Amino acid sequence: MQKLIKHLKPFTWLIVAIFLLLFAQAMSDLSLPSYMSNIVNVGIQQGGIENSVPHAIRASEYTKLTLFMTDGEKAQVTGDYIVLDKQSLSAGDYVKYLKTYPQLATTSIYKLNTNDKSEIAQMNTVFSKYIPVVAGIEQNGIATYAGSTFQVPAGVDPFAVIAQLPPAQLDAIRSTITARLNSITESMLKQYSIAYLSAEYKILGMNVSGIQTRYMFRIGLFMLLLTLASAACSVTVGFLSARIAAGLGRNLRRQLFERVENFSNTEFDKFSTASLITRSTNDITQIQMLMVMLFRIAFYAPILGVGGILKVLGADRSMLWIIAAAVGAMLTMMVIMFTIAIPKFKSIQKLVDKLNLVTREILTGLMVIRAFNTQKHEEEKFDAANIDLTKTNLFINRVMVFMMPAMMLLMNGVMLLIVWVGSHQIDAGSMQVGDMMAFMQYAMQIIMSFLMVSIVFIMLPRASVAAVRVSEVLETDPIIKDPKELQEFNGSLRGMVEFKDVSFRYPGAEDDVLKHITFTASPGQTTAFIGSTGSGKSTLVNLIPRFYDVTDGRVLVDGVDVRNVTQHDLRDKIGYVSQKAVLFSGTIESNIRYANEKASNEEVAKYAETAQALDFITVSDQGYDTAVSQGGTNLSGGQKQRLSIARALAKKPEIYIFDDSLSALDYKTDVALRKALKKETGYATVLLVTQRISTVLNADQIVVLDNGEVAGIGTHTELMESCGVYREIALSQLSKEELVL
Amino acid sequence: MTQRDGGQQHGAGPMGAGPMGRGPMGRGPMGGGHMGAGMMVGEKPKSFKKTMRTFLKYLRPYRVSLIIVFVFAIASTVFSILGPKLIGNATTKLFEGVVAKAMHVPGAAIDFTYIGRIAIILLGLYLLSAGFNYIQGYIMSGIAMKVTYDFRKNISEKIKRMPLKYFDTKTHGEVLSHVTNDVDTISTTLTQNLSQIVTSVTTIIGVLVMMLSISWLMTVVALAILPLSFGLVSLVVKKSQGYFKKQQAYLGHVNGHVEEMYGGHTIMKAFNGEEKSIRQFDRLNDELYGAAWKSQFLSGMMMPIMTFVGNLSYVGVSILGGYLVVRGSIGVGDILAFIQYVRSFTQPLMQTANIANVLQSTAAAAERVFEFLDEDEEVSEPADAVKMENVTGNVSFRNVRFGYNPQTEVIHDFSADIRPGQKVAIVGPTGAGKTTIVKLLLRFYDVDGGSITVDGVDIRRFTREGLRGMFGMVLQDTWLFNGTIRENIRYGNLGATDDKVVAAAKMANADHFVRTLPHSYDMELNEESSNISQGQKQLLTIARAFLANPKILILDEATSSVDTRTEVLIQKAMEDLMRGRTSFIIAHRLSTIRHADVILVMKDGDIVEQGNHEELLAANGFYALLYKSQFEAASTELDPVPGEHAS
Repeated sequence: MQKLIKHLKPFTWLIVAIFLLLFAQAMSDLSLPSYMSNIVNVGIQQGGIENSVPHAIRASEYTKLTLFMTDGEKAQVTGDYIVLDKQSLSAGDYVKYLKTYPQLATTSIYKLNTNDKSEIAQMNTVFSKYIPVVAGIEQNGIATYAGSTFQVPAGVDPFAVIAQLPPAQLDAIRSTITARLNSITESMLKQYSIAYLSAEYKILGMNVSGIQTRYMFRIGLFMLLLTLASAACSVTVGFLSARIAAGLGRNLRRQLFERVENFSNTEFDKFSTASLITRSTNDITQIQMLMVMLFRIAFYAPILGVGGILKVLGADRSMLWIIAAAVGAMLTMMVIMFTIAIPKFKSIQKLVDKLNLVTREILTGLMVIRAFNTQKHEEEKFDAANIDLTKTNLFINRVMVFMMPAMMLLMNGVMLLIVWVGSHQIDAGSMQVGDMMAFMQYAMQIIMSFLMVSIVFIMLPRASVAAVRVSEVLETDPIIKDPKELQEFNGSLRGMVEFKDVSFRYPGAEDDVLKHITFTASPGQTTAFIGSTGSGKSTLVNLIPRFYDVTDGRVLVDGVDVRNVTQHDLRDKIGYVSQKAVLFSGTIESNIRYANEKASNEEVAKYAETAQALDFITVSDQGYDTAVSQGGTNLSGGQKQRLSIARALAKKPEIYIFDDSLSALDYKTDVALRKALKKETGYATVLLVTQRISTVLNADQIVVLDNGEVAGIGTHTELMESCGVYREIALSQLSKEELVL
Repeated sequence: MTQRDGGQQHGAGPMGAGPMGRGPMGRGPMGGGHMGAGMMVGEKPKSFKKTMRTFLKYLRPYRVSLIIVFVFAIASTVFSILGPKLIGNATTKLFEGVVAKAMHVPGAAIDFTYIGRIAIILLGLYLLSAGFNYIQGYIMSGIAMKVTYDFRKNISEKIKRMPLKYFDTKTHGEVLSHVTNDVDTISTTLTQNLSQIVTSVTTIIGVLVMMLSISWLMTVVALAILPLSFGLVSLVVKKSQGYFKKQQAYLGHVNGHVEEMYGGHTIMKAFNGEEKSIRQFDRLNDELYGAAWKSQFLSGMMMPIMTFVGNLSYVGVSILGGYLVVRGSIGVGDILAFIQYVRSFTQPLMQTANIANVLQSTAAAAERVFEFLDEDEEVSEPADAVKMENVTGNVSFRNVRFGYNPQTEVIHDFSADIRPGQKVAIVGPTGAGKTTIVKLLLRFYDVDGGSITVDGVDIRRFTREGLRGMFGMVLQDTWLFNGTIRENIRYGNLGATDDKVVAAAKMANADHFVRTLPHSYDMELNEESSNISQGQKQLLTIARAFLANPKILILDEATSSVDTRTEVLIQKAMEDLMRGRTSFIIAHRLSTIRHADVILVMKDGDIVEQGNHEELLAANGFYALLYKSQFEAASTELDPVPGEHAS
């Protein structure tokens, strides 16, 4: 996984942007519950009155409040209020204010004259101290605070008396007040103040329900904006992560493809072609999906979870243990379930493969099974595989269906617990109802984000298998590389191929496939290689175009070791026809021209004719434009082989390699082709691998291979005399009389 | 291959539905679950009704269980739907208590007895709901797995009853995909979607009822948002489907190029084609990138949209609810309840909307399976089947006429009489239909006219098993299976003892090489049986035929790709095997043909000549032509094209 991180480098800034956006999204998502809590707490419970600072208050009440204030407090408060009264206001202003405060007609009013948040917050602490006091004295008389020693006769305004008190006595009263207030919770004080203010506003004739609805709509508007912001962030994240994922996929695919194109056969053998294909296609797509999941869930869930925890910590810690317990329970459950289920998950794929295998065998062996009357046996095999698969599937399913109800139960249990514990907190006055409701939502968010993270942790190792497989390829250096110092071909040799004491061993093999091979193939001559399966014929010719490098000894082309020239230059000299014809999708013409795009139409026709391909090309309606499907599946094996020969001819190479490529042709074509080829390849070096004696009869030189060693070199007649292995092969294929021919 | 791996569109495996798939208790303002299913581009069955009727027949044995599942699912849903309302009531009670206290109402306190009672009721409901939910899931997965098992079993049993003809036109992949993909689709639907339909509908109705019971006005507002949600989603789906298809197409191009270039890697390198290949790859890769990010982006829009709409209703409910609480028409807790109801409403709605898609693609899959199961079967066995104890091996063809399809008859009026122990060589150029006679003999196909008899009895009067028991087969396409060598040889006679297996291997000259292998007879052949050589495989199939000890043999000579030394062993083993048995040989080797008692010369599906080597040469016909061109080329093979037997 870490290995892929460096490939994300081009996208660093985009990823940073994603992080920021996700953060913003989490912030807005997390703010919603607290706004809802505001609607309940402030909007509903407090009638839209947010704090203890009066927006407007009768002058008489204002005076009462200031009575208890210290000089400093008084100074702070006075500066933020202006006095409205009939006399001092202009006529226009008066009419305007009268609408908001109908009582202005009878009394002068102190109006709040600041919007400064910190100022209001400071005043809030002041007012929430004294409003309850004033309210208390108004309701229950002064005795509450000043003690029984301080008696005010009935009918006398206690505030007037207080106003007359000497400062020392006032101080004493103030300290009793402070002591008393300390025993009451802040939120209770707030509730007293809010109730007082609500009553005051009513007395002033203000539109109280208007305040409430205005407040709720204002908060609602904030919520809407947040929702919009959250959606915008989320969409942008989606956009960016799609670009990154697709971009990463494109880059990786490209790098991988280029790397593989430069691989030699050794690397192909190591990984296997099928595996390389999967790595370049499916695995990359997997990584792409993984990236999107990473950005959208793996990044977001922790941000949301941590944000949620911070919110809860900031608001009220007393119920944090519920969340901790719930997360713990959930994680325990997940761990238990997945330790049970994951081994089974892993075996599922094997069981599916087994069932597929049995079915495939039944299908491919249809005739054999029926011929041997073993249908019953096959059915039992299928049934066994079917039962195994069904049982395991059932087990997994039953474990998984447990998960949903269990999770639901957990979530619901958490809600219940929050209500129960929360209501006691509310009763104690340390929390408001809206806070509890918000807490429920936070709890859900936090638990969900932990759930997401744990799912990611379970998925990630499986998803990152693809990443590992891709980086394995990217980190593999092709074993065959172009040399730093190049040598020149000796042009006068015109395609001479020499093997000097060549030994070769496949990587990881225990034994050499080729042992001490020495021979020379000269221009204008046909050198044939014959031997039984596994004798190393194909391996030998594959060393010439450097599909593999020799383990020991040297392969020379035009007098130069093939390792001392570029692969490109070396292969330019070689026309290679493989054992199994490979064509590329396109047309017949594009295939013939594959290595020589400049070939004229006449030349293309000539090569097709030499390769005995003309008959089937001309029969087709589209001629040379006949489409060739991927893998050439719309052509027969013989047709493909003939086109691949034409392709090699079009290259006009100095060296021809036919790797057992003529055996797919029927005898007639084989003979005609060899005759025509002889003309075309006249001055070239021809190397021909075959299992057929008839093919080698007329070769200039026959190299007989046996178990990787040269058993003999010579012409047919010479070898019949001298080489036992050759004779054995020849006699197994042709009768004595035929061999004489 | 790539397609198969990418399969499984909806809800990959048991994890698909997501642990939080449904249920009224909502999530936080994150909203939206896995919306992948909404993106599915379903395939349509030809006849939905008919398929569903057949499908229901399969479910019939489980109807009692299914009713229990449905009842439990409904009960579980209803119980959990009650939750939010009750929690809401508790919250309201709590709020009232708090407000009363704040107002200094004398004796005001929070009613903990009420709240406690609700908590206990809720706990009970939640436990019941979870319990019912688990039980229904438990039963349902049992049903689904049993049905899946039955489907697979039926398919495998069907295969053995089907005529070979069917498989001429169908690839193995197609049949295989019935066993895996189609059955998997059905299984997924059964485990995940069937009870989901019930719970979704119950949830929708239940939630609607609960919402209305709280406030019709809020319900109207909440529902008013739904069309917006559906509109946006379907817009995005429509847009993204276009890109999705493009992406799949471009991905196909890229993968195609990769497969082609990797497959032809040696050739590409030999012809210095790297640059060309990379250039083309870049072009395709860029195309893919363009479509990929757009498709990814658009399909990724679903979640934000759903969340946005969800949050919109959250806001709407909060404001409107607050307003209604102030007016005294609902309690504070109702807001809480309502928020949860609104959240749990969209998911089942989407699921229900998607159900049509799921059912369609399930029906399409089921239809393919049913069609397969309804295919014609081999002609039934005769009631009064002949049983023959001692077969001598006399095979006669009387005026046989045959064609693979009724329009084109390939064998016109063929008659021959083969005496016990004779060797019959079947020769002819590529595509002449040499395996046809084998298929007729073993009754993989029945003749259209005339008859084939064994010891004078028409082969249609035997049971197939009885008939095939008289024959042994050694095909060039050596069919070995993933198992030990011993098991593979024993395949010729499942009741044979280990000693007999070894004896057969000895007769087939296979014993020696088997003993040199690791684990000897217990060596496991891998899936492609590529861990032994082609020639060794041949020897094993010969051993298998020895063990079967048939009266009549069918041999398919190998053409090439066997090394010379093994070749000698094979020839010798084959000769031994043929001794004393009537043998039909699809022949490539001159010596075999020369020594055959009867040569059947085939051309364009028909038998054009018959006789022995000398007779046929004298007749100077098609055989003579073949033989002479053979000498001219100094080649031993009449038909050097391998793979001919597949025709």
